[in-house]
Amino acid sequence: MFNHLSTYLYQRPKLILALLLGPPLLYMLVVYLGSLFTLLINSFFYLEEFTGLVVRQFTLRTYLQLFSPTNLGIFGRTAGMALAVTVVDAIVAFPLAYYIARYASPRWKTFLYIAVTLPLWSSYLVRVYAWKLILAKEGIISWFFNLLGLQGILDGILSLPGIGGSSLSLSPIGMLIAFCYIWLPYMIVPIQTALERVPKSLLEASSDLGANAAQTFRSVILPLAFPGVIAGSIFTFSLTLGDFIVPQSLGNSRFFIGQAVYSYQGTAGNIPLAAAMTMGPVVIMVVYLLIARKLGAFDAL
Amino acid sequence: MSTPAIHFDKVSRHFGEVKAVDEANLEIRDGEFFSMLGPSGSGKTTCLRMIAGFDRPTSGNIFLYGQDVSDLPPYERDVNTVFQDYALFPHMSVGANIAYGLMVKKVPKAERLKRVQEMLELVRLTGFAERKPSQLSGGQRQRVALARALINHPKVLLLDEPLGALDLKLRQQMQVELKAIQKRVGITFIFVTHDQEEALTMSDRIAVFNEGRIQQVGTPSEIYERPASAFVAGFVGTSNLIDGETAKRITGSEEMFSIRPEKIHLDATNAEPEKDMLCIDGVVRDVVYLGLFTRYLVEIEGGSDLIVIVQNLKTTSMDVLSARGQKVRLHWHKDHMSRVGA
Repeated sequence: MFNHLSTYLYQRPKLILALLLGPPLLYMLVVYLGSLFTLLINSFFYLEEFTGLVVRQFTLRTYLQLFSPTNLGIFGRTAGMALAVTVVDAIVAFPLAYYIARYASPRWKTFLYIAVTLPLWSSYLVRVYAWKLILAKEGIISWFFNLLGLQGILDGILSLPGIGGSSLSLSPIGMLIAFCYIWLPYMIVPIQTALERVPKSLLEASSDLGANAAQTFRSVILPLAFPGVIAGSIFTFSLTLGDFIVPQSLGNSRFFIGQAVYSYQGTAGNIPLAAAMTMGPVVIMVVYLLIARKLGAFDAL
Repeated sequence: MSTPAIHFDKVSRHFGEVKAVDEANLEIRDGEFFSMLGPSGSGKTTCLRMIAGFDRPTSGNIFLYGQDVSDLPPYERDVNTVFQDYALFPHMSVGANIAYGLMVKKVPKAERLKRVQEMLELVRLTGFAERKPSQLSGGQRQRVALARALINHPKVLLLDEPLGALDLKLRQQMQVELKAIQKRVGITFIFVTHDQEEALTMSDRIAVFNEGRIQQVGTPSEIYERPASAFVAGFVGTSNLIDGETAKRITGSEEMFSIRPEKIHLDATNAEPEKDMLCIDGVVRDVVYLGLFTRYLVEIEGGSDLIVIVQNLKTTSMDVLSARGQKVRLHWHKDHMSRVGA
């Protein structure tokens, strides 16, 4: 019986393909793209201020609202934070990824790999609240600065206009630290994977042809690891763009995209504006990917 | 005599307990095509990597034209390598790959371009400068790797099994081409291979490696005709090794000797041995007809099996196959055998 079925399917490769691809494709189209499409449709409706009801009529009025100074400020602030998180994460992740990929022994490598991904096993909320305590005015970081008698330096940093605040947990710097910590694994893993794919003989060849370590790094390692950095940056950048927990828990009261979307669709009931707001990160990501392609990030793929 | 290109003075390289190279002494002459031949794990590649600087000797010293380079990093040695997997930079064009050595030495761009053109001509790849390595065939990549190494005018060029990945026909073509290029540029080539035929056809001299030790150094004919050890006799070509009682019966001494299968004459049992010929009787156990020649397996008195190869000058397959089970007399000239010790 089972053999018959097996033979029947063996003779019809297209049927197998349909059976295998059907369910995930259906899910992709209906649940995933479908909801994105609904979001897009909703962004072209508008909220009647007076009645508080959504008017289902095509209009660009909602999109116009995005260009209000407040909303432009939100976009700028969020994109700036996402960029800062990406740059800091890339700089922090590269040496560690390089060490794991090139120098660590197999056992040590497994250990480091688990260490890097271990934080992902625990709840993200718990970790954000932990950072809130660490960065608080009475937290371990201020305590440490006090201990070393370097309170002045911390106060100096916190008094910087724009990024400072009354304490680390209430400043954009604190938010940057928490973001960088939370998304770091997403940067390390792709860079490490890219570096592992660089054969050792290429580094030997470079050195054989007269390049010292710095020249080899600049001319061979960095260009070949660049697709990994870009892959990682897509994670760190887009995850920061959409996050609303970290900005809510840390930093000052100024809004980020995620928070804005959350509040518009919640109490305000302004689904169209929330939907239009969501299109912001989509556009920013498309621009980001186009720039990345221009820089040659996908040439080696 | 001029300074040797490479001189190994009691060089050892140990990896933990494993003696990859054990007290190697070696001199490679200026301008020669020198092969390091041996099975995998025999230490030949480790020797090459120590000359390049990728590995450092555990003890002993390596001299490059009289200069002790044992502790110099690869980028400070006037030596370049053609890698087994070519190791071309995948993100650079063929031209940029070839110019790499000049680029890191900050040679002006105009000169770089000129020399890249010369190199492309040398390896017959003119017009390929803009391509990426991924767009090339195996043989073309091989030549780019060669050009990339030669553009720096190294004192010594190291080649690590560079033909290993090519198919037979391309391989033979590249063997001829490599030899021609070496003659033209006049640089000392050190060629690592496990293919004895390749080593015999291309080299001026060969070093045979086994288990971290250099077994013999000599010209291809010396290696083939006068193997210094049982290992060399067996690894380079085919050999019959005879020792003990059987050896005593033939030569009067129990010491092991080797005799090449093609040097043995096969005759009827009543044939009279000529002057300086050694002989022994046996029975043909097996016959393999191979067109160009026939291979006989003969069990000689005393029990050993000897391989005998006879060219099919007059015989046909019918003639040779009927020889199975017949009694024969084997004889060979005493100059054709080598004593190989224990």
